[in-house]
Amino acid sequence: MENNKILHSMSAIFTSPDDIMKAAKEIVKAGYTKFDIHTPYPVHGMDGAMKLKRSPLGYFAFALGAVGAMLALLLMWSTMVESYPNNIGGKPLFPLPAFIPVTFEVTVLLASVATVVSMIVIFFRFPNNSHPLHDTPYMKKVSSDKYGAVIESDDPNFDFDNVKEFFTGLGAETVEPIYFDNDELNVKHNIFEPKFITGLTIIAITVSALTYFTLNKLIFMEPFNWMMTQQKLSAQSPSNFFKDGFSMREPVSGTVAKNNMPYLYSDSVDLAEQVMVNPLDVDDKNLNVGKVKYNTYCSPCHDYNGNGQARLNGQFPNPPSLHTDKVRNWKDGRIFHIITVGQNTMPAYAQQLSDEERWQIITYIRALQRAMNATEEDMK
Amino acid sequence: MSIELTHEPSVIEGRPALKTIDASIIKPMNNLPDKRFWAAMGLTLTMLGIGALALGMSFYRGLGLWGVNNPVGWGFAIINFVFWVGIGHAGTLISAILFLFRQKWRTGIARFAEGMTIFAVMTAGIFPLIHVGRPWLAGYLFPYPNQHSLWVNFTSPLLWDVFAVSTYFTVSFVFWYIGLIPDFATMRDRLANSTMVEKVKKTVYSVLSLGWRFSNRHWSHYEMMYLVLAGFATPLVLSVHTIVSFDFAVSIMPGWHTTIFPPYFVAGAVFSGFAMVQNALIIIRKVYDLEYIITLDTLEKMNKIIILTGLMVGYAYGMEFFIAWYSGHEVESFAFVNRAFGPYAWAYWIMVSCNVIAPQFFWIKKLRTNIPFMFIIAVLVNVGMWFERFVITVTSLSRDYLPSSWAYYVPTIYDIGILIGSFGWFFTLLLIFTRTMPVVSIAEVKAVVDGSQPTHHGLEHHSEEGH
Repeated sequence: MENNKILHSMSAIFTSPDDIMKAAKEIVKAGYTKFDIHTPYPVHGMDGAMKLKRSPLGYFAFALGAVGAMLALLLMWSTMVESYPNNIGGKPLFPLPAFIPVTFEVTVLLASVATVVSMIVIFFRFPNNSHPLHDTPYMKKVSSDKYGAVIESDDPNFDFDNVKEFFTGLGAETVEPIYFDNDELNVKHNIFEPKFITGLTIIAITVSALTYFTLNKLIFMEPFNWMMTQQKLSAQSPSNFFKDGFSMREPVSGTVAKNNMPYLYSDSVDLAEQVMVNPLDVDDKNLNVGKVKYNTYCSPCHDYNGNGQARLNGQFPNPPSLHTDKVRNWKDGRIFHIITVGQNTMPAYAQQLSDEERWQIITYIRALQRAMNATEEDMK
Repeated sequence: MSIELTHEPSVIEGRPALKTIDASIIKPMNNLPDKRFWAAMGLTLTMLGIGALALGMSFYRGLGLWGVNNPVGWGFAIINFVFWVGIGHAGTLISAILFLFRQKWRTGIARFAEGMTIFAVMTAGIFPLIHVGRPWLAGYLFPYPNQHSLWVNFTSPLLWDVFAVSTYFTVSFVFWYIGLIPDFATMRDRLANSTMVEKVKKTVYSVLSLGWRFSNRHWSHYEMMYLVLAGFATPLVLSVHTIVSFDFAVSIMPGWHTTIFPPYFVAGAVFSGFAMVQNALIIIRKVYDLEYIITLDTLEKMNKIIILTGLMVGYAYGMEFFIAWYSGHEVESFAFVNRAFGPYAWAYWIMVSCNVIAPQFFWIKKLRTNIPFMFIIAVLVNVGMWFERFVITVTSLSRDYLPSSWAYYVPTIYDIGILIGSFGWFFTLLLIFTRTMPVVSIAEVKAVVDGSQPTHHGLEHHSEEGH
């Protein structure tokens, strides 16, 4: 019956740690290479007896730790310097001492977890519950209180009877062959197996449903939405409370916006001309601001020097020159009125320019007028 | 003969057969729990229920239910957080630092202490989450790429905490699991495949053991891995409470802004952790008949560490006062005089008597080896260490720079409910642990039993050297 089974190895059980040490040394001496010793706990000196190389996991840990340190620093650099630089208390954007705690933690995390995973997956080739040694009487003994040795059948020196004799000679308590489990050998894992596909589909649907529910439903339910809903009206939302149906309210009549006096002379140019006087001094600052504002708002039609031959020429009717006697003789108040309420095709600029800026522009226009109509006297 | 003279007595009492060790450690997992267990579980679940109720109310009504307000904006949440993280430190000290120092007596208690570390960190982790009031938004604590291109502030100690505590939990968990793999394999192989329950159990243990085969080719890597992990866990455990202390020390609060905080916090953490481990072990060894593995000698050694760390904590208390006086800084001096003689003097003197005075009884060998007595002292140490965190947090905040805003902090019933709940949560997890996993490392204990290691190993060395 056992003839059609495939032999994996020959196993032997020993009863004391001294016996297993001796056995390990003898196995090595006899020239076997594909063998293993199984003990319920690490037996001191077994590495030497089996002539095992020192485990390289320490170097793995070092390399992975170095990678962790660099990844942490890279993350902090990329977020705090590259992606979103923020001034925090005047500290440098890359304060190395303040980054050390996180760097250390990530180093330890990556080094330990990745080393453990590489030990289990690369060195042990785990998880593996279908090894032929599993569920054998041999395994049940070595996992409790006995010490075992196996020589595998693919060892070049393996010979069924010789190995059996060899183990008996070493004083083994029991010597037994271990076979592959035929049922397990013949199982073929197919990814198109209906069972597997069904399982995968169920997992996919569950995960998608849960994700959808969490991200689209759950966080909009009470109390999870309490950060979003507040007991107030927002400006553009409708309201059942007010008669006009708006949430937004108009200011009380007579309300004056900050830094904005209402313009009193919009009906009368002449009154404006008589009453208003330019309150500003003619100085560098006022002239400069006036120039900037003039160039921005006035020059498209009036041109940079005020002669009306500007770059919008042709698209709009040309405005009259600012250097005619008529305009030069206007008082400042009249020009202020025209800027404020507009005239003919020219629109009002009250929205774009503050009172002060309008006076600054007028100061600048006066300077332009004088420059364009300079007398001999001015040259001196 | 010289070999006999240098022979170290085993940390395991008697010379139990390896099979006996298997049986006695695995016993709780094979039998149904008795009445005592259900009584204990009922108690811890009640405590957990109280906590859940208090917490549910806090989420529903808002954190205004807690006692924190201006100026004491940090109350029970951070006190409990620091307390529970500290409890965890003993586990790592036992499993990693004592391993590096080759202290064999750690063998019997390491697994249980590591389990306590994990549960304590799980308990501690609750508090930073709940104190924000909207714990489901905790994802923002981690630097993840989002559409706002908004990142966490890597220069903040609170963010360091996130990294330190999550790393600590992960590494402790991995360390614990690595130790459990051979034990799961032993439990797997002790099961027959006859009944349904056994089949389920066997499948679970097989999956958890990853197919461990006790191969010495594996043990060789395994032992190296254990050493590497211990090497990482040692600075890690020191860093965790250091970073927790930075939450305080990096701020400019009088009484917090001191350089002594990191070592002081670490010593305090080990101190309270050992007391907690000792309390739990005294009960476990009795209930599960493990007195021959967790010996009186082991408990005595733990008491010695309690004296040592207690003295370190006491030194820190003294040194804080010295520096307050020596700095000549008015506000700093006031902060400490206020601690000892201010409105919270009662808490300060509870702390000093429990942490500094109580452990001094352990200098007497008779008291050090008296189990009921050491249990009481360990409870007092835990009370004292909880009050230490209370004193540090509350006294400094309640009387800070501006006298007009001074106030007296009083916790509400919800604060206390959540504190009770945290104990319920911790001990519930611990009770489940004792019933589902080996509380003592089977493989490690076997390795230190008398007669488990080869005897002629030393002799052979002599012969190789030419004797």
